[in-house]
Amino acid sequence: MTYTISVGLGTCGVSAGGLKVLAAFRQECAATGLSGITIRETGCRGICHREVIVEVRNETNAVVYAEVTPADAVRILTEHVGQGHVLADKVLYEPGREAELPYLEHQMRVVLRNCGEIDPKQISEYEARGGYQALRKVLTAMTPEQVIDEICASGLRGRGGAGFPTGTKWKLAKQEKATPKYIICNADEGDPGAFMDRSTLEGDPHAVLEGMAIGAYAVGAEKGVIYVRAEYPMAVQHLNTAIDAAEQRGLLGDNIMGTGFNFHVKIKEGAGAFVCGEETALIASVEGRRGMPRFRPPFPAQSGLWGHPTNINNVETFACVPWIINNGAAQFNQWGVGRSRGTKVFALAGKIARGGLVEVPMGMTLRQIVYDVGGGTSSGLPFKAVQLGGPSGGCLPAELLDTPIDYESLNQTGAIMGSGGMVVLDTSSCMVDIARFFLNFTQNESCGKCTFCRVGTKRMLEILERICNGNGQRGDIELLENLALQIKMSSLCGLGQTAPNPVLTTVRYFRSEYEAHINEKRCPALYCKPLLRFDISPEKCTGCTLCARKCPVNAIHGERKNVHILSQDRCIKCGECLRVCKFDAVLVSSGGRSS
Amino acid sequence: MSAIDMRPLDQEELFAVDDIVARNNRSPGGLIPVLQQVQTALGYLPGQALRRIAASLNMPEANVLGVATFYTQFSLTPKGEHIIRVCKGTACHVGGADRVSEKVQDTLGVNVGGTTADGKFTVTEVACLGCCSLAPVLMIDDEVHGRLQNTDKVPGILKTY
Repeated sequence: MTYTISVGLGTCGVSAGGLKVLAAFRQECAATGLSGITIRETGCRGICHREVIVEVRNETNAVVYAEVTPADAVRILTEHVGQGHVLADKVLYEPGREAELPYLEHQMRVVLRNCGEIDPKQISEYEARGGYQALRKVLTAMTPEQVIDEICASGLRGRGGAGFPTGTKWKLAKQEKATPKYIICNADEGDPGAFMDRSTLEGDPHAVLEGMAIGAYAVGAEKGVIYVRAEYPMAVQHLNTAIDAAEQRGLLGDNIMGTGFNFHVKIKEGAGAFVCGEETALIASVEGRRGMPRFRPPFPAQSGLWGHPTNINNVETFACVPWIINNGAAQFNQWGVGRSRGTKVFALAGKIARGGLVEVPMGMTLRQIVYDVGGGTSSGLPFKAVQLGGPSGGCLPAELLDTPIDYESLNQTGAIMGSGGMVVLDTSSCMVDIARFFLNFTQNESCGKCTFCRVGTKRMLEILERICNGNGQRGDIELLENLALQIKMSSLCGLGQTAPNPVLTTVRYFRSEYEAHINEKRCPALYCKPLLRFDISPEKCTGCTLCARKCPVNAIHGERKNVHILSQDRCIKCGECLRVCKFDAVLVSSGGRSS
Repeated sequence: MSAIDMRPLDQEELFAVDDIVARNNRSPGGLIPVLQQVQTALGYLPGQALRRIAASLNMPEANVLGVATFYTQFSLTPKGEHIIRVCKGTACHVGGADRVSEKVQDTLGVNVGGTTADGKFTVTEVACLGCCSLAPVLMIDDEVHGRLQNTDKVPGILKTY
């Protein structure tokens, strides 16, 4: 019997110790002289909360193991491979029986179809799963117009956040007469809390390249650029490998598949600027300048890179394209509601029991994603809010959990679909602090071109900081709303236009928290330190002295086996005593209330 | 903006800068790759290197400095042997990134942006490393250390470098 052992080595898998597991498999195989075993590397299966994930497959069956350690690797080789005994305590699921795992049961994999299944560095594995068949089909049997019609019919919209219909975008670029034309893949995934594009590029780079090549054929471009974040070294490495392999096979380059179609792709690494996710800023950055957005029109379709017609799509959008061509627009269109069709990948993180990369049909409700897929909160504390769309998005409360995931419904709530970041918050999170967190981010990342964005976000941040510090004033909420409106109206690009969204949605849905901070100097979530008070309960304190020893400022005094006293004037509210106390004797309160 | 280091470049550094410029000179939009490669070669971007790049690319010095100070990747001051990046993404923030950052700073006795006296570590904070399931995380060079809810793990991790 021959065995194939696949170790998941996306960034999550590597961070969780995947390379050590891989090394353990290799060493043990060499040491024991086991034969008939192939050890391979795959990308991310999206089950990030259970990494390291390992699949063991032979001619008749397959098993996926979770949370594999180097010691487990040795056990897998001796017990499973050697003796045929599956390690029951480590099994996550059996391929083909994904439906039995609640995390996978509700998912629908289009973009992530190959992630975790193939070795992203081997083009042959992509081809074995139908890779580059879609490109062959469009080059040999379809006109560019037919390709565009098919994409239009699928209902695919831009997955980077704005949701512009992809087919329409291609049509606009195709109409332009000027040559050369460019096609750009926007892989500058900058939203904190989002890692969809990273996993796709790491796990299935050829799908993105094939999608780009199909797009290039449709709009009449011969040159492509992938603009990748410099913080994603593995994505860059896998893309480079993929481009080289595709060129060698004649799937990229000149005269592709002998059809006379030429398409060359280059990678440009970003240098760390969130605003470069905006298309005109991205183009400026590719041209070697500061990444500052400019007025539109002219749109990139008319005048983009080096002044030539340019079509820009996001990673996930491109990854959908080959699937649509292979399976037909109707297959893709079968999922979804209204004008939002197909599937969408979300990066589920925060206080969630089962976090990772999930792909679900459009129209699924937030409740289904948070509870059925994600398993609810990880802390045992009640759910409080879900943050969607990163710094451009908003926080939605429990009352809105039945909102379906589609562009229009989400816009109505004041949040946005965004690129797919979905961070779950429990009652330990303060919503004013969350608003401050995002404003701090956008304020830092504002390029400085528009006054309202540059100065306005700074003023908003100052107001949020004083509210969190207990110095909020009456009228601050109204001032925030007023500034928010002006920034939205007077900013050139999406960064400024959406920067106030986290503030506006938290004010809208959690206004009482702002009011408590301002009027009662109280943080209901017991998060904002200046508003907290720590006390030691005389009833519960056993006098173990642990807190007194751990206190960094010696604010706690007391004899061994006697109740300890915390002096408020020395306390810096670091919370160390609360964290170390084994008897729940440290009480935290804000504005006289413990919660 | 940090002060620009105007020390003269030595022969080896000059050669490295000229070589990088020559290799990228013909591709339009080459300034950012040039700066990235020079930073990799020299560890940071000394002022004299920026001057030389501007002259070689026939570009105003202000342009080069403008780009070098716009992007967070570029540093105008020398960095430590190991770069610590404490993730301040959303998931890490709600998972206690502030405490992780404080612990790193306390352990090393240096603030964010600073380098330890022995030149071993530079401490930075980044927006998101994209390993949200392991939050809170920090990255030292290319290695990610996750699940740091208990910040007592931090000194032990730093000791291994």
